[in-house]
Amino acid sequence: MKPLIRAEGITFGYTDKVVLRDIDFDIAEGEIVTLLGPNGCGKSTLIKIILGLLRPGKGTVFFNGTNIAHVTAKSLAREIAYVPQIHKSSFPYSVIDVVLMGRIPHKTFFFRYSNEDMDIAHDALERLSIPHLAERPYTDISGGERQLTLIARALAQGARTFIMDEPASGLDYGNQLRLLEQIINLSREGYTFIKSTHSPEHALWVADRAIMIKGGVIVADGACDDVISNERLFHLYNARVNVMKLNGSLRVCVPESICGCMAFGATG
Amino acid sequence: MKFKGLFPVLFLLLVLTAVVSLTLGKYPVPLQDTARFFLFRLFGVGNISPEYYQILGNLLVDIRLPRILAAILIGASLSVSGAAFQAMFVNPLVSPGLLGVLAGASFGAALGMVFSKTWVAVQACSFLFGFAAVLISVGIAKMHKGNTILLLVLGGVISGALFTSLLSIIKYIADPYNQLPAIVQWLMGGLSLVDRATILAVGIPQIVSIIMITLFSGYLNALSMGDEEARALGVPVEWVRMLLIFLATLMSALTVVVAGMIGWVGLIIPHIARMLVGPNNKILIPASALIGAIYLVVVDDVSRLLFNVEIPIGITTSLIGIPFFAFILRKAKRGWN
Repeated sequence: MKPLIRAEGITFGYTDKVVLRDIDFDIAEGEIVTLLGPNGCGKSTLIKIILGLLRPGKGTVFFNGTNIAHVTAKSLAREIAYVPQIHKSSFPYSVIDVVLMGRIPHKTFFFRYSNEDMDIAHDALERLSIPHLAERPYTDISGGERQLTLIARALAQGARTFIMDEPASGLDYGNQLRLLEQIINLSREGYTFIKSTHSPEHALWVADRAIMIKGGVIVADGACDDVISNERLFHLYNARVNVMKLNGSLRVCVPESICGCMAFGATG
Repeated sequence: MKFKGLFPVLFLLLVLTAVVSLTLGKYPVPLQDTARFFLFRLFGVGNISPEYYQILGNLLVDIRLPRILAAILIGASLSVSGAAFQAMFVNPLVSPGLLGVLAGASFGAALGMVFSKTWVAVQACSFLFGFAAVLISVGIAKMHKGNTILLLVLGGVISGALFTSLLSIIKYIADPYNQLPAIVQWLMGGLSLVDRATILAVGIPQIVSIIMITLFSGYLNALSMGDEEARALGVPVEWVRMLLIFLATLMSALTVVVAGMIGWVGLIIPHIARMLVGPNNKILIPASALIGAIYLVVVDDVSRLLFNVEIPIGITTSLIGIPFFAFILRKAKRGWN
């Protein structure tokens, strides 16, 4: 099958420092891919390159076979949506105004939002079960609600590929779980996800595939259950963690220093 | 739309303010006389004695009307420019004044006045140096890493100080009997010398800029979420922002050509408008234009009526704007961090 996204020999660096070196991967439609790696490993840079926000020094990103460097920001935005880390906006836009911004790639310069745009935006809020937030100021809602608003905006954008930069960071535990649930739901509808995370468990729970990056190179790429292992996590984060299989197929990570024993029968 | 009723109300308020301002002055003209004059002049209805008609014509049409129109244009331009700068730089603390545009434009206009006598040269110089001032502010802010909101304000302070010193050089070499007093008086801000030719020359580019920025307000919303998000939403960030800086600088630099440095309007009016209608630029920009226009007409009335001598309007707007901004700073600060 033709890959949806193909990265070919992506290299990126500044004069004194190489951030990414020879990154290659293919991502198929409908996959959930998690980027794992320590801080400063180049995950965020890679995300920006896939989004076309940064030009790689060498290498090419293809979307559906087309080099994204040859595509306008507007037409790329109809295919790929960016769900940034939650942030506090400087201006208290209402939630519906933020979601409506997702319609911009479907508009010409001097645009007005049509009733159809309004319907699409409200529909997106409905799908994420937050229609009651529509008129609330985006600055006054919780971090979890803000993350859902940004996902609703990505839905309104009409893109089928979502790129998320640490979507769970800054969310409380309950909201992290609800966020993962939404990602699973949307992926069942055929949406493709590329997300970075600091939590290997989140990868084990929702992702099909993990790409591990350290020092700007891919150190492992494969199905989460195969790739996320004690040794690899130690290599990646310099922390001893046991990846354990619960009854069934679900896996969890338990830090060795804290559990202090191997008696649980780790499978890693 | 939530604010459907708002624009007719604001517009009506502006017309009312303008009409009342026409009647106010050293020689008050009763409202009914003003109405009679305009009915006669425009439609030939009613009758007025020729002498009185002559006096009213001079007072209302030649002196007060251009002045009020200038106040409307300047108030609207400074406010829209301020609102646009705040959105495009994701920074509720900037304005044409704080970004150095007014200082740059003042230097440019003074340069034009001393070395050339033509209006076009004065306008062009004023715009060019206003534009240079923004670029310097932004350039300084970009050179350093850190709190972008504060850095841009600092960049603006530096750029403003640079052009203020350059302006001092012009003042120093200007002819102390004619040019220097003219430059100093004009810089303090005043609308008393405005005539119809000036209004046409600066009004057209200003109105075009206001309309263009209003049309681009959807992109302004996206830009105010930050560059990366705006680009990921399909906005060609670089050229859209360049164009918007161009328009916002043009319209505010031209206010300097007409009436000198009128500070604080471009900072406080967008905040007031945002408190009234919220931050969505599709509504905020036109609301800022109307509120700014009303505000400056009223402030000009105050400047010419409060004391026996007219106070330069730039001084009045600062005296009102500074305490007001200090007062709303706390409220305006919500949601910046």
